[in-house]
Amino acid sequence: MIIHHPILGPRDAQEFVYLGDASLINRPDGMTAGVEAFHDYAYNRDNPAGDHRELWYHEQGDRSWLVVTRNTVTHEIIKVELARDVARAQGRSK
Amino acid sequence: MASLMAMTALGAREAAVVTVGPLSIAERVDVAVASVAVRRGRVLAAGVIPQPGPSRWEAGKPFSAFWVTPDMWFVEADFAAHELLADGLKASFGDAASVTEQTDAWVIFDLSAPDLAPVFERLCNVDFQALPEGYATRTVLDHLGVYLIKHGSGAARVYGPRSSAQSLLHALKIAARSAF
Amino acid sequence: MSQSHRIEGGQIDRSKTLRFTFDGLPYLGHPGDTLASALLANGVRLMGRSFKYHRPRGPLSAGSEEPNALVELRSGGRQEPNTRATVAELFDGLEANSQNRWPSLRFDALAINDRLNAFFAAGFYYKTFMWPKSFWEKLYEPMIRRAAGLGSVSREEDPDSYDKGFLHCDLLVIGAGPSGLMAALTAGRAGKRVILADEDFRMGGRLNAETFAVAGTSGADWASAVVAELSTLPRVRLLARTTVLGAFDHGIYSAVERVSDHLPVPAAGKPRQVLWRIYSDRAILCGGATERPIAFENNDRPGIMLAAALRAYANRWGVKAGERIAVFTNNDDGLRTASDLKAKGVEVVAVIDSRDGEEVIDTHGRLGLKTIITRDRKGRTREIRVDALGVSGGWNPNVNIHSHHRSRPVWDASIAAFVPGAEGPPGLMVAGAAAGVLSTHGALRTGRDAAISALGLTGAMDLPEAEDAPISVSALWHVAHGKGRAWIDQQNDVTVKDIKLAQQENFTSVEHMKRYTTLGMATDQGKTGNVIGLAIMAELTGRSIPETGTTIYRPPYTPVALGALAGRSRGKEFKPYRLTPSHHWAAEQGATFVEVGNWLRTQWVPKAGETEWRQSVDREVLATRKSVGICDVTTLGKIDIQGTDAGAFLDRVYANTFSTLPVGRCRYGLMLREDGIVFDDGTTARMGEHEYVMTTTTANAVTVFRHLEFCRQCLWPDMDVQLISTTEAWAQFSVAGPNARRLLEKVVDQDISDAAFPYMGAGNITVGGLRARLFRISFSGELAYEIAVPVMRIEKGHVAGGELNGQSTALNMGLGRMVSKKKDSIGMVLSQREGLTDAGGYRLVGVRPVDPKAKLTAGSHFLEKGAAAVAANDGGWLTSKVYSPHIGSDIALGYLKGGDSKIGTRMRAVNLLIGQDTEVEIVSPHFLDPEGERLRG
Repeated sequence: MIIHHPILGPRDAQEFVYLGDASLINRPDGMTAGVEAFHDYAYNRDNPAGDHRELWYHEQGDRSWLVVTRNTVTHEIIKVELARDVARAQGRSK
Repeated sequence: MASLMAMTALGAREAAVVTVGPLSIAERVDVAVASVAVRRGRVLAAGVIPQPGPSRWEAGKPFSAFWVTPDMWFVEADFAAHELLADGLKASFGDAASVTEQTDAWVIFDLSAPDLAPVFERLCNVDFQALPEGYATRTVLDHLGVYLIKHGSGAARVYGPRSSAQSLLHALKIAARSAF
Repeated sequence: MSQSHRIEGGQIDRSKTLRFTFDGLPYLGHPGDTLASALLANGVRLMGRSFKYHRPRGPLSAGSEEPNALVELRSGGRQEPNTRATVAELFDGLEANSQNRWPSLRFDALAINDRLNAFFAAGFYYKTFMWPKSFWEKLYEPMIRRAAGLGSVSREEDPDSYDKGFLHCDLLVIGAGPSGLMAALTAGRAGKRVILADEDFRMGGRLNAETFAVAGTSGADWASAVVAELSTLPRVRLLARTTVLGAFDHGIYSAVERVSDHLPVPAAGKPRQVLWRIYSDRAILCGGATERPIAFENNDRPGIMLAAALRAYANRWGVKAGERIAVFTNNDDGLRTASDLKAKGVEVVAVIDSRDGEEVIDTHGRLGLKTIITRDRKGRTREIRVDALGVSGGWNPNVNIHSHHRSRPVWDASIAAFVPGAEGPPGLMVAGAAAGVLSTHGALRTGRDAAISALGLTGAMDLPEAEDAPISVSALWHVAHGKGRAWIDQQNDVTVKDIKLAQQENFTSVEHMKRYTTLGMATDQGKTGNVIGLAIMAELTGRSIPETGTTIYRPPYTPVALGALAGRSRGKEFKPYRLTPSHHWAAEQGATFVEVGNWLRTQWVPKAGETEWRQSVDREVLATRKSVGICDVTTLGKIDIQGTDAGAFLDRVYANTFSTLPVGRCRYGLMLREDGIVFDDGTTARMGEHEYVMTTTTANAVTVFRHLEFCRQCLWPDMDVQLISTTEAWAQFSVAGPNARRLLEKVVDQDISDAAFPYMGAGNITVGGLRARLFRISFSGELAYEIAVPVMRIEKGHVAGGELNGQSTALNMGLGRMVSKKKDSIGMVLSQREGLTDAGGYRLVGVRPVDPKAKLTAGSHFLEKGAAAVAANDGGWLTSKVYSPHIGSDIALGYLKGGDSKIGTRMRAVNLLIGQDTEVEIVSPHFLDPEGERLRG
């Protein structure tokens, strides 16, 4: 597969490490959320046959974490964003 | 007082020079390297180091630099004149930058041949022929994570992990024999 | 033997003669020959035995679709089984042998299988060898494998090297027949970056095998001229002898280039083959078409070939496959064979055209074709003496690569064949015969147009003049007659009867039929047989062919040598090595090394007179305990963490607190995964207000760095933290033992007295003027400035690989109190889950045998005294053990249920695998100096 890195352009997926569902960005606050919320965060995933937002790490590149929207059936990649931008847009800061 | 003797990444006293057909591979032990990362919300003092954009290397005096990740560069300098490169850069940038010494983390090979594309096409997925001069990228070269800088169609620099200097040199030699 | 069947013409170099052998007999051929063409030129048509029935076989085809003529080439380490003689390029000195026969090709004892064919019908494995079950592995399978074999391997190491590489292009053209050449020329003249790959050693495809003209010259000459022009274009790369194996995602194709297969031995330093990974913006499949046979009784005898193969041998290689030749066809193309052969002076004794109602119903000839029996529309039969028969049942477009993304081919009734479906791999177009356009003119036109369309070019160049004959084919799959066997898949010995059996037993879907009969599952992937098989199934079930459907193809297009897939990564070059800074010194001392990941780590350094490793290790350990020892710990991961939020960041990623660590001090850190399980550990030092150096275990150096980047970018994107690995930047040595400080004082320029450099101190120092870092940390319980050998790790109860097993919590390791609940950190919340905080859960304990001479074994299980060794009584397990020369016995660490309340008690360590049952005492995991007085001294 080829991933169109937002900064570096087209890159072979072999350079990346796959993590999984981009919902891993939405980590609850450990001081306020309970075990249930963390359990849901750590274990529960959707497994769509179709578009899927997922985290890829450009380990053999610039070390950016990316959110890749990929069709799991056709492997078509619809969108690639820097995970840091996605996290900020979702209100994450420090 | 202890008296220490420097040893190259290949375990020798002198830098290696290897020739395979038209390709020459020269180990460089005269380059000081440091990483410079801009701290959040800060700006680096101007005129100290080049700050090229993504995938770029930029020459400068006395410091050249290439981009490695957003807001971070590797700075190259002459080792004899700048052995304490990281200390010097820290002094220049103060708390605006995070500076880390990198000199001994890498083995550096300068490659030259009339055309280097045939070697690189057997080593990594970089489209060497099509790249502009001054292109700098991290890539996988025979299983090793390296930085590759294109200085011309027949000139390139490869930064490899120092601990794998022997394996990297071996890979370059085998590929050159196969390609030329 | 003379080249008795060589006739005039062809693209071979008769000025040079090549010597080769087949089954030990010497023959002659010419450059340009394949092994098959050269053998046929010498009158040899028996080249192999079939897979199941051991039927005598000769080549069916003249190309890579060949199911029959599989041979072994070369000998020794270069021996290469199952090679298609039809594509093996002849070289001087080639040694070839037939395979799957004993004692000889002409007399094969297992030909008895042919008489016993009733027992070997489809599904016979499943039916015959069912019972008793235990016989399968020991008797049936080895027996079947011996009987139904292909070639053999020499079991010697392949002396040749294989390479891998990466290519980039605007347009990849797969196949260099008329459509491929035209596509490449169109794109190449437009200045595009083009790769033209063809499996053959001579580009031109069918043009090399035909006699009709292109642009007023012979097709072969036109092809040569185009190739010559393409070779002058700097952005066009011609890859002959290169098979495109598969289409992968986003324009990536794989191809294998046979660089040296046509040479006796590769040139010095050159690989035998190169596996290319090709990145293309666009690709055009110009893979041509494959002729298919017609099934009739005994249609597999040597001498019976595809009609177009017969004329390819005559036109391209100057070979007549027989003295008296007949042609059996259902289409006009078969007639070309008759006319081409006649023009070459070969005697064509009969043309049997099914469209006239005449068919071949049977053949005779034990080791090769002698006669055919025909039947006309009135039912009259005649026997014709022939030694070669060309069969044409029509042409199947080579849709293979187009279906690699699961695109289903669709039926085109006008050519009675499947053509590529609509949804192929994105970016891939199809042209020429592969697209079902079977005339030469059509191939040239669609090749040109595909290039224009794929690359968005303007202006089309003129097409050369070429034949544009309409297709006239009348589908005929098999000739209904008698009770004999009619072959469909010759390589796997699948006959019409097998399809009928599959239908009777209700394996009627194409996927079931394929697996039940093994149709198309041989190394040729059914290139000649599949469509016939499913067409017959359609007939039997009363469905149309489109309703019956077709199976699809997977990569690779043709078989690939495993060596090519491995590339350079084999033997000592399987992976790169990482050498520590002291490696060269240690090697000079005769050290023994151990592989840890890619690292070669010094294990021990023997001294003169030491004959076994324990002597060396015990000496080193005792020297460290009594005086001082040195160990290279450079392999530990080191990460520079800087920024104004560096301390707060470390508080989040470590279970314990680092923001309060004073500058110039270090602290042991425990890192959890989000699920509460221990991820990694190490010491982290604070070198400045906003500057820390983290140490990770050797094994987790990469994954911890990845995790930190995840935390920094995805979880807390606004933290001011910068990360860079410095693992390789510092040569780090542990100096441990009572005399550690005295040794260091000799080399360090600064005062490192206990007052100036206390326990857990960290700082920048100099050694002989050279900048250096000193960390006063100990994993061995000694006064130390770093970690030491594993035996000391265990004496001090420090966890490592055996304990960091991805299942253990901080509590299990006796480190539960390190998890701070006053701050949020990764894994903090889930580490408090009920199941992970159970008081009776596993705890790290130390273990020593009651009898100091008794042995312990890692992996043994804890049992109470007197308890039966059954899972219900299992109390936990020993994670690691060593011999401690200091304590004078084996010692071990282990996870024991409720272990913290069992310190001081006795249990058993039981290992049923090696029959060990040892009484042990459960002790503190800190065997040595649990109060830590030694390391603070």
